[in-house]
Amino acid sequence: MAINRILVGIKRVVDYNVRVRPKADGSGVMTEGAKMSINPFDEIALEEALRIKERGQATEVIVVGIGPSDAQAQLRTALAMGADRAVLVQVDMPLEPLDGARVLHQLIVREQPQLVMLGKQAIDDDNNQTGQMLAALWDRPQATFASKVEINGEVVRVTREVDAGLQTLEVDLPAVITVDLRLNEPRYVKLPDIMKAKKKPLDVLTLEALGITPRHRMHAVRHDAPTPRQKGVLVPDVATLLAELANRGLV
Amino acid sequence: MNRILIVAEHDGSHLNAATAKCVSCAVQVPDAQVDVMVLGSAAVAAQAATLAGVAQVVQVENPANDSQLAAVLAPQIAALVREGYTHVFGPSTTFGKDLMPRVAALLDAPQLSDIMAVESARRFRRPIYAGNVILIVEVEADQPVIVATVRTASFGEVTRDGSASVLVRTLQVALPLHTRFVSMTQANTDRPDLQTAATVVSGGRALGSAEQFKLIEQLAATLGAAVGASRAAVDAGYAPNELQVGQTGKIISPQLYIAVGISGAIQHMTGIKDAKTIVAINKDADAPIFESADLGLVGDLFNIVPELTQRLNSR
Repeated sequence: MAINRILVGIKRVVDYNVRVRPKADGSGVMTEGAKMSINPFDEIALEEALRIKERGQATEVIVVGIGPSDAQAQLRTALAMGADRAVLVQVDMPLEPLDGARVLHQLIVREQPQLVMLGKQAIDDDNNQTGQMLAALWDRPQATFASKVEINGEVVRVTREVDAGLQTLEVDLPAVITVDLRLNEPRYVKLPDIMKAKKKPLDVLTLEALGITPRHRMHAVRHDAPTPRQKGVLVPDVATLLAELANRGLV
Repeated sequence: MNRILIVAEHDGSHLNAATAKCVSCAVQVPDAQVDVMVLGSAAVAAQAATLAGVAQVVQVENPANDSQLAAVLAPQIAALVREGYTHVFGPSTTFGKDLMPRVAALLDAPQLSDIMAVESARRFRRPIYAGNVILIVEVEADQPVIVATVRTASFGEVTRDGSASVLVRTLQVALPLHTRFVSMTQANTDRPDLQTAATVVSGGRALGSAEQFKLIEQLAATLGAAVGASRAAVDAGYAPNELQVGQTGKIISPQLYIAVGISGAIQHMTGIKDAKTIVAINKDADAPIFESADLGLVGDLFNIVPELTQRLNSR
């Protein structure tokens, strides 16, 4: 029996090629005018969901975003990749991960998916929290850092990239899977698909409609630039390199 | 008074060095008692009891914990924290990254990931945007519990001359059966561990093939070093995933890091910025890695690395 639907999280982030810097007064980061993209890990999660559907193992792929109105652009891209429909929960201020997980949990209550796929982390805040928190709130299994996903009926076998190597887990559906880099290579979007995506449904919801009030459990005090490393010296050859290393007591 | 609980990482018989680094971070929190929770054997608890600065080790033994699954461990940790802890720390390893957010959600508590410095009991520093920005973040006073993962590269290990008491506990918590361990594939384990090695030799895409990546392994063997790799090298299949260094791989702080054929993308550099000495070997004199390297050598790695290995061997 195929999975009824897969919910995929799509976060709008500053493109990974942009070198982000803190504002001079430390009040935030300079993102004005920066190129925005789908969080690369979320793109991999979507690609995997689409492949599962294309293999006939799922019937529908829904992409969900939490962010400003502009985040509709990333959801449209996700629809062009092949998602069936999209939901944007529109917020003006970024949510903390636990609130993000609460929002996703409410969407699960509405949509009743058997599988939720998210990127393992977003490349802006680098938190790596939302999927695990969602699994806890939902009281369902989590399989994080996935590099291989095999659906076998009501059970999913997930290979995870962990510090010691590759771990394989078996989880019962419904479940949350967060994906790592080497799970797949996301497809490119073709122009006709972009045109088609314009006709696909994209619902916009508010936090109020989901009954969620953000908690604001923490606040940013300051954003600093990292301490730069001192630029070192070039050595002309291997012999000099070895002499330098020996001088420093490193070899 | 702050009461900090550290979740120990172990493999069933040995305590992971990351736990000693978490203690190092926790003892910097003012007015704190630091306890360690071992969801494992008495042997591991005994090792945790030697960590300097630890007041008490709480050992919970349960066969269900053998596979160290987050869904199984998290409710037990949450139950202990509810007895009166103000902070729960775990290492920012794949073990801690997987587990701690699940604990935080069960406690309805905020989590700070990758803390690299303690400014007060509620204020911490952590990297964001692949380390391009350092965020100083403060948890609001109305939050009774703070969950955090500790960026292990930012802290040294505490000494092992402590003598904490070990309290064996049984926790009455319903544990889920929906997640099952199947298998673990480990690569070559006779090499030094990437996360604790004093010297690391890393290879990048320029190595060109898994066969040629052996040059890195030979140099590492000569130096008694661990082997690392850039994302590009892992993606290309030259090295296994557990060797990846960088934003989404391992964050390391060796005494000596030798980067061979690695251009130095910011995502890679964030994984090594705490290395004491960085050596870069690259044929492209304009590669960004030379901006951060202490010692750079411009040239063909296929000449330089064998020469380096040979000269080291003949010393």
